[in-house]
Amino acid sequence: MIDRLLSHDLPRSRWLAAALTLVLLALALAPWLFPGAKALGVAAKMLVFILLVASYDLLLGYTGIVSFAHTMFFGIGAYGVGIAATRLGEGAGALALGLGGALLLSLLLSVLIGLFSLRVKAIFFAMITLAVAAAFQTLASQLSDITGGEDGLSFRNPTWLSPSFEPFDGPVAGVVIDGKLICYGLLFVVVLLGFLALLRIVNSPFGRVLQAIRENDFRAEAIGFRTVTFRTLSNVLAALFATLAGALLALWLRYTGPETTLSFEIMLDTLLIVVIGGMGTMYGAVLGSVLFLLAQNYLQDLMRLGAGALGGVPVLGTLVSAERWLLWLGVLFVLSVYHFPSGVVGRLRAWAVRPGRP
Amino acid sequence: MSTTPTTPSGPTGTPGIAAHTPAGMPGRAPAAIPRSRLDWRPLALLPALALAALPLTGSPSTWLTLTVAGLAMGLIIFIIASGLTLVFGLMDVLNFGHGVFIALGAFVATSVMGAMGGWAGEGAAANLLAVFCAMAAAMSVAGAVGWAFERVVVRPVYGLHLKQILITMGGMIIGEELIKAIWGPGQTPLPLPALLRGAWVMGDAAIERYRVLAALIGLAVFAGLLWTLNRTKLGLLIRAGVQDREMVEALGYRIGRLFVGVFAAGSALAGLGGVMWGFYQQSVTPQMGAQVNVLIFIVIIIGGLGSTLGCFTGALLVGLLANYCGFLAPKLALFSNIGLMVAVLLWRPRGLYPVTSR
Repeated sequence: MIDRLLSHDLPRSRWLAAALTLVLLALALAPWLFPGAKALGVAAKMLVFILLVASYDLLLGYTGIVSFAHTMFFGIGAYGVGIAATRLGEGAGALALGLGGALLLSLLLSVLIGLFSLRVKAIFFAMITLAVAAAFQTLASQLSDITGGEDGLSFRNPTWLSPSFEPFDGPVAGVVIDGKLICYGLLFVVVLLGFLALLRIVNSPFGRVLQAIRENDFRAEAIGFRTVTFRTLSNVLAALFATLAGALLALWLRYTGPETTLSFEIMLDTLLIVVIGGMGTMYGAVLGSVLFLLAQNYLQDLMRLGAGALGGVPVLGTLVSAERWLLWLGVLFVLSVYHFPSGVVGRLRAWAVRPGRP
Repeated sequence: MSTTPTTPSGPTGTPGIAAHTPAGMPGRAPAAIPRSRLDWRPLALLPALALAALPLTGSPSTWLTLTVAGLAMGLIIFIIASGLTLVFGLMDVLNFGHGVFIALGAFVATSVMGAMGGWAGEGAAANLLAVFCAMAAAMSVAGAVGWAFERVVVRPVYGLHLKQILITMGGMIIGEELIKAIWGPGQTPLPLPALLRGAWVMGDAAIERYRVLAALIGLAVFAGLLWTLNRTKLGLLIRAGVQDREMVEALGYRIGRLFVGVFAAGSALAGLGGVMWGFYQQSVTPQMGAQVNVLIFIVIIIGGLGSTLGCFTGALLVGLLANYCGFLAPKLALFSNIGLMVAVLLWRPRGLYPVTSR
């Protein structure tokens, strides 16, 4: 059963399986285990990032394409929901329409970008997507009539997803169920299904072709696969899942803005997570997102303590101060690319096959 | 929208290495070495664009102001981008971390100008001396850091495009954080010294003094690059390395040293460009590297990856178009670069001056 659900791509490491189970349980039971607005917010962001990063892994890890336009599709999803909710009112129909429109736009754009630039070298595609994403971000902040410009859009969700909605009279197992929790549940289910779907895609014959292209595109073409078609399809699929993740983020925050969905920082975060978690392993997206967001939200507190201890030392004190946490993550990123290109997950799996180790 | 990556056949193609004369006929004087013909058409775009803008801008004086401003901006961009395109042409390394050297140069300049604060107010000679000291310091620091960057970060990943993109991106994250740690995360002003403020008024046209200086330095860099590449032994080796790296190695030259030298020179140029860009904007931020990165990628894609002349033409086109559009339709100006890139790639899919070996 589990084997079928995971598309025969089992964790293949006891520690990895344990970590994944822990993450699954913690995220499923987050409202009960970690009460409080901040903790739930972090958990929801983890869910969104798992889907976003997993979709990026399909592109980077499995197909070997570096795209810098992934946040563009993320943003399209968020703006689709945001614009539909502000224009058409707060119904489930409006949300569905917004999501549908966003998916359609992502589909068109990704096909266009793919056909236009995936024929040539990886480096060329990376640069083109960088430019397109920058232009799209400018566009979104310029069309302030539609997108709200730099301020973004705040909107209201349907009643059953808003915090004031309480279906049950009393608390359930000690926690009051409100619309916010229902929204969290919705996120959890969609992300779980989306992740399993992505796992299915990469382990299908289609996914095998993508990996063949990653390993040696010339040989893949020689065997008889049209690499341009497969690359474009991979690009389209990744874009659609990213759009979905963006829509979920907008739904959770009830807000969409250029900083939260389109900025280059998110693109870099995604890149960091994929590489540190493990390229070409869908599970890397899960572990990477969880670790990254924990670091982003809680490591800074820890580092503040360290900085307090080292406060007197001039250079070292600045380097370990809480604001510089990204520096250490960057160092970790570079070391990962060199020394363990398959990331945390790859390490765990390598340990598992070595005899005499857990 | 689909285009082929192959060069269009016929005379529009590469500025010919094609031998037009049959070589080595017996019994005759050796035929002259076939010289490469200059492909003038991309260059002709520059006056064409300037002339096309003349009736649109209305008055000749406005046109003159805009043209000078555009040329100056284009030349600054050229200084920044030339290092990137040189490194790519010779080593097939696209340095996504190039932006860090831009920011680094600019921040070194703020320190130097701060230390020489008294000089900025005094006579013309002291003013110029301060600016040139800042530039020299920025170039040497950026060059030295570039040398270390090549040694530590880039060298292990020669020939691996995917890893190069990831590694240099990681280098950019680390570099940006280090700059924030040293100079602080905020915006730092970089005011021009008294001599270079203000404008010369010629009739109705106002020509900013700093832009004239920027244009002069840009032209000097272009001339210096052309002279080095075409008239010196070093340039011969570099051009040969661009064409065929292994052959140069086989002839007994240590290509590794050439690589690190060109990388350091490219970084130093980026540092110089950073100073000029910082003076142009009158302030510097740690994120400026990432912002300028997009612009210079567009420029080197337009020019043809690895081509110095193409980089020059592309930078001037971008600078001119940005200024004309900024005057005629400010909203459109934000997208003029990307529009230009699409138009150029539709005309010549590999850029204005494609490098043959790529």
